[in-house]
Amino acid sequence: MTRTPLRPLARILAARRAGENPDAIERENLRARHEADRDAARQRAEGRLLVLGISFLCAFAMVALKISLLAASDPAEPRAAVSGAQIVAARADITDRNGRILATNLTTHSLYAQPQQMVDPIRAAKELVQVFPDLDEDRLIRQFTGKRKFIWIKRRISPEQQQAVFDIGDPGLLFGPREMRLYPNGRLAAHVLGGAGFGREGVSSAEVIGVAGIEKALDAELRDPGRGDVPLTLSLDLTVQAAVERVLEGGMRLMNAKGAAAVLMDIHTGEVISLASLPDFDPNDRPVPLTEGDPGDSPLFNRAVQGVYELGSTFKIFAAAQGIEERLVSRSTMIDITGPLTWGRHRIRDFRNYGKELTVEDVIVKSSNIGTARIAMMIGPDRQQEFLSNLGLFAPTPLELLEAPGARPLLPKKWSEIHTMTVSYGHGISASPLHLAAAYSSLLNGCLAVTPTLLKREEYTPGPRVVSEDTSRQAREMLRLVVSRGTASLGDVQGYRVGGKTGTADKARPQGGYYEDKVIATFATVFPADDPAYVLVVTLDEPVETSGKEPRRTAGWTAVPVAAEVIRRIAPLLGLAPAVEPVDQVGVTLASN
Amino acid sequence: MKSVFYVLTALAVMGLAVWAYRQNYETQARLREVRELRAEIADLRERASVLRAEWAYLNRPERLTDLADLNFDRLGLLPLRPDHFGSIDQIAYPVENAVEVMERGVSE
Repeated sequence: MTRTPLRPLARILAARRAGENPDAIERENLRARHEADRDAARQRAEGRLLVLGISFLCAFAMVALKISLLAASDPAEPRAAVSGAQIVAARADITDRNGRILATNLTTHSLYAQPQQMVDPIRAAKELVQVFPDLDEDRLIRQFTGKRKFIWIKRRISPEQQQAVFDIGDPGLLFGPREMRLYPNGRLAAHVLGGAGFGREGVSSAEVIGVAGIEKALDAELRDPGRGDVPLTLSLDLTVQAAVERVLEGGMRLMNAKGAAAVLMDIHTGEVISLASLPDFDPNDRPVPLTEGDPGDSPLFNRAVQGVYELGSTFKIFAAAQGIEERLVSRSTMIDITGPLTWGRHRIRDFRNYGKELTVEDVIVKSSNIGTARIAMMIGPDRQQEFLSNLGLFAPTPLELLEAPGARPLLPKKWSEIHTMTVSYGHGISASPLHLAAAYSSLLNGCLAVTPTLLKREEYTPGPRVVSEDTSRQAREMLRLVVSRGTASLGDVQGYRVGGKTGTADKARPQGGYYEDKVIATFATVFPADDPAYVLVVTLDEPVETSGKEPRRTAGWTAVPVAAEVIRRIAPLLGLAPAVEPVDQVGVTLASN
Repeated sequence: MKSVFYVLTALAVMGLAVWAYRQNYETQARLREVRELRAEIADLRERASVLRAEWAYLNRPERLTDLADLNFDRLGLLPLRPDHFGSIDQIAYPVENAVEVMERGVSE
């Protein structure tokens, strides 16, 4: 850059000649130079500002881009996956109350074929039949040589079978990863777990969905991806469940019964500790439902939850407890039991003639239908219905099983006086063993209503009060007397103060009326009676005890000994130590000094 | 002076380029490592779940009952019965402790 001089000689000389001040020229030039400098500086500054602005813009754009990327992308969590395809172990495990696994997932493979990639379809089909004998060779050959481009061969195969198919070495035989539901304990708690199957299927993955039981009822919860690795903890106790099923199965064989059910419930929280129904099935290989005949005969039928039966005399304690609660009777009130009691064309009889009158206590102990019916008449139909409804006997149980909401108790259509009488001793009303267990829990736990549940409860909220604490205690004492000197004398287990009520109901014919020689025998117990902890209901379907001269079918001979053996086995497992029964302090006056 | 500055700048640019190049490859290596570790975690998780399932299968009550029956002569295992409970006063007082206590009493 050439600098123009401040005092150019030519102009100075010319100005001197003209008599002007040459300094004016210098000042003017100086001013022009300053202006030029200022313009250049301004331009540079503007340029710098622009660059700075662009770089800030870029930086902020980067930040914004990164933020939007982070916001839009899904969080990646490493989960069980097979190489090649991403299969997510999405279904949560199911464990018992102590964390032992009842249901979990296992990765296996499915086998499919793409015939257009096959080298030798005929040989492949022949070899496949060697590996899987249940496949039809002709059909496979027809499929492999036909027009189809994709054929499912097996839904689930074992690693050994996979290796055998690998050894065939045909490129058209392909494997897709499959998540499968495994129930490691086999038949244990089969009716609770239900089973699982495949939903929508693709080559690289398939949906595992519950088909019955708790798998279906809580399907959405089990599949919730937000659950992570947290298993679903049930209230069941694996060890107790196994013991109950074992004893119940032995009892069912001994008593020649065609089915059996047992419900063990924590009397305070309503948690179901064990729920068994026989015959059972293997949830790993769920049998197909019966298409004809009585669905109640299928092993899939859950007798403890789905089966609504007339549970017979086990209901008598409800009438007696309500009578005491409403101060209509006391335990020592004499009740007239001369029979038969007639109402219209109905006649109510007792199993045996117990004389003219009995105390309320003995009506329960000896199980008198007439006596109970008379107490129920004192109460009246309206209050009886209200009481039974408070015990949850009028609605399906809220248990977390697919089958539970369908098990609605069968009630008389019009509740007349005769129904009040028959319902008081458990006829004309049908409920499931689970209903009975929940009702006994509500009545006997010191009187707070319980809600049966299959999920482990860390803390529970007590339900509304059903009866007073005193009535609850008196009901337990009466039930204890039934076992110590009444119809359930075989049910006494030393050290565990078992109290309970037997119930034998004739089975209803599907066409109407009742069978002569088919009964449902039920024993509902509470133990220990003085400090209640558990309620156990054992039901046998069509039991016959044949050790005596005549076949015996009453619950006292069939369900009671089975229940006693169940209690003998499970009470120690539940951590209950045997204790000596506290003696009544009748006639002893406590005095000090 | 100026040329030194230019040379230094050029060297700095080259140095930064080398650094960025190495960073780039190191990042990619780390990413690959993360991917591998994730795959390994997933593999191990799957193996753990298989082992858990196997453990549950081997410990199923049915099998344990059968094993207890088979090995009854050696183990003598029976189902827990109510009479298996004992009370605390059925247990003898440990003798070793008594000796220790006595010795301590002497030394004091």
